[in-house]
Amino acid sequence: MPAQAATANGGTIYHLKKGEQGSALDISDFCLWYGSSQALFDVTMAVERGLVTALIGPSGCGKSTLLRSLNRMNDLIDGLVISGNVTLDNRNIYDPRTDVIALRKRMGMVFQKPNPFPMSIYENVIYPLRVDGVRDKGVLEETAERALKGAALWEEAKDRLHESALGLSGGQQQRLCIARAIAGDPEVLLMDEPCSALDPIATARIEELIDELSGHYSIVIVTHNMQQAARVSDNTAFMYLGRLIEYGDTDSIFTNPKTEKTQDYVTGRFG
Amino acid sequence: MNRLAAATAARGAATARRQRVTDLSAQGEPFLWALGGALAFGCVMIVGFLALVFWNGLVTFYPKPIAAVTLANGETIAGEPTRSERYKLSPELLAQLPPAAKAEVEADDGYAMRTLYRTGNFDIYNEDFRWVPAFNVAKVEYPTGIIFAERIEWGIFVGRIKALETGETRREAGSFTEAELRAAHEEARARWARIRHIEKNEIGAVNYRLDEERLRLRRVELSKGADSPAYAEAKARLEARQAELQARYDALATEAKALRAENEAQRIVLAEIGNQEKILPLSALVQFYEANDIGLFAKLGVYFSRWWKFLSDEPREANTEGGVLPAIFGTFAMTILLVVAVAPFGVVTALYLREYAKQGRMVAVVRISVNNLAGVPSIVYGVFGLGFFAYILGGSIDQLFFPERLPNPTFGTGGLLWASLTLALLTVPVVIVATEEALAAVPRSMREGSLACGASKWQTITRIVLPRAMPGIMTGIILAMARGAGEVAPLMLVGVVKLAPELPVDGFFPFIHLERSFMHLGFHIYDVGFQSRNSEAGKPMVFVTTMLLIGLIALMNASAILIRNRLRRKFAGSQF
Repeated sequence: MPAQAATANGGTIYHLKKGEQGSALDISDFCLWYGSSQALFDVTMAVERGLVTALIGPSGCGKSTLLRSLNRMNDLIDGLVISGNVTLDNRNIYDPRTDVIALRKRMGMVFQKPNPFPMSIYENVIYPLRVDGVRDKGVLEETAERALKGAALWEEAKDRLHESALGLSGGQQQRLCIARAIAGDPEVLLMDEPCSALDPIATARIEELIDELSGHYSIVIVTHNMQQAARVSDNTAFMYLGRLIEYGDTDSIFTNPKTEKTQDYVTGRFG
Repeated sequence: MNRLAAATAARGAATARRQRVTDLSAQGEPFLWALGGALAFGCVMIVGFLALVFWNGLVTFYPKPIAAVTLANGETIAGEPTRSERYKLSPELLAQLPPAAKAEVEADDGYAMRTLYRTGNFDIYNEDFRWVPAFNVAKVEYPTGIIFAERIEWGIFVGRIKALETGETRREAGSFTEAELRAAHEEARARWARIRHIEKNEIGAVNYRLDEERLRLRRVELSKGADSPAYAEAKARLEARQAELQARYDALATEAKALRAENEAQRIVLAEIGNQEKILPLSALVQFYEANDIGLFAKLGVYFSRWWKFLSDEPREANTEGGVLPAIFGTFAMTILLVVAVAPFGVVTALYLREYAKQGRMVAVVRISVNNLAGVPSIVYGVFGLGFFAYILGGSIDQLFFPERLPNPTFGTGGLLWASLTLALLTVPVVIVATEEALAAVPRSMREGSLACGASKWQTITRIVLPRAMPGIMTGIILAMARGAGEVAPLMLVGVVKLAPELPVDGFFPFIHLERSFMHLGFHIYDVGFQSRNSEAGKPMVFVTTMLLIGLIALMNASAILIRNRLRRKFAGSQF
């Protein structure tokens, strides 16, 4: 699909690749404050359905904050103020009437450090169903198998489903967390530097996995690793000091960026 | 250039002057010694305390030989030598001594040795123990044939067996074998146990039913009035039941009377060392042995049978004799109830404080207040427990549910339930603080992982946070339990009594009687050691009971720690 002609909006340069099914999430004029310090400034971007969107930028640029705003994980922080909209299916997720729990069920999330619960592998995977009150054993087992296969962990884990998840290696634990995130059949998968705590081999497996999952899920991935962003994503958003500088198709961002800041960052001049 | 060279030279000189050897205080050696010393000091104190308690506790029940001491004036006394000490004689006493003894004491700067003998025979001598100064002793022997007997009343008897009387016939010592005596004694004791069973359990049950009927009538009177037909009906029923129960009572009383008469007929004649005779029913002897004649195995037999009696019997003789079963049971039941009350209460409070309450000034004030509660003297809790739980809460319960028993209080006085709740209140800060710490220690990543899966906050807490915090919460509960089980002062106000032979558990509905007053090992120690007629007799019991209390608390803590470690193992391997 050809890259869209570059457009600018509030200082952001857009030239993103459009998905076939439109956008999954629309972020418009989103600002966020931690107490009195502003962390995000007027971010406007659309996450394309079925594509992988990477968020890159130097530390502290607000990419994790943006990601965590998408499923309202930031609600846990005291003194958080936001303005602007994030819409999912034309409904603003920051509407006071939004059911946050239902919202989170539509978005799986994978964290920087693998965080399996201190339970068996099986119980970890079906946790989203457990909290929904699903009791049917057939459904639970089917889901566990599907999710573990989806996360490419089935072969390694099928014989030890009822052993503690804490006995898995770091890479396996992270894939387990991905399995847990997709077990509830979400529409969007949010990944917050999912490979930063893993070794290169485990990282490669997760990247393969992201590739397999794309198309089925809309994936937003925060990464510090520019090669990774280049390898796995369709679109890349470059953020700097809380602003979205450039949001475009990954190839252009890394080979032919439209702004000097992006150029400097992807060539390693700073960051 | 010159300046630079000069500066370099100066720096070189400074480096040379700087001390290259790290001194002791920098290495921290002296502090390390101080730390190790403090630990060693603490250990020595604890080990010393335990050794003292256990040594004194363990030897108490071992039979000692009985010495027959002939005094300078020809008088003879017999008793277990308990301990010896050096003491200073007062001048008046010294002046009255015979010249030989006086010279002996004066040669020792006015000091002399004396030995404490447990002579027993309180009914004859009016004392249980007697100090004998060394200068007063002419001869010490360990004669054979002297027995040491524990009696139901009047404490121990030290002396010889003179005769056995059955009805009118008297058989002098020597005309019957020891086996015959033992067999007769066992029979008498079996009859005695049967009498007790009849009086306590069977007649007790009759009385209980009678009381129940009376209360039923009173209830009808209170609800329907004294001239209603229901009242007349209930009254007729009471009278019918009364007659029936009276017949049962009479039958039991007759049986007990017959047995008692049989026991009265079987008597033993004992004589103390000065040949004063004492005739008492054979059944009044709990246990006796020939202190100077029996061998090691017989002594061990006596030792263990005494332990068994101690653990399984009720107290006698103002708690200085007999067993402590009601106290063990009371301590145990109270501690369990305390845990049952304090664990949910403390955990729920801490959950709200840590997870739901908005962290601000208000919560800070609450938290400080909770911590301060831990510093309030425990007797204050006792006063509060008596005033609030027993009088206000218990009084209201009585008004509502037991009006027929008034003015006799049911819940409106101290009891097991109120004591447990008072101690729960006393120990709840410990649980709150420990639970808060445990909750705070659950990694944020766990909560976020759960929330991101679409779990509500409540689901996250119950499914992820609480199980993970459980070992820490258990630590708090163990600390609370240890504190609660060792507390005595508030209990004296809210339900612990000197003697409560009735256990809070019996065969009558509702089987567990939380309103009953109870005995407690801690209070038992205080009572035996400091409230009994002879503190010398109570002293060994203090050690034994202390040992038992320490053992009971250690046992309960050990089981709680075992549970905690199992929980902890479940979460082992966690990488966070």
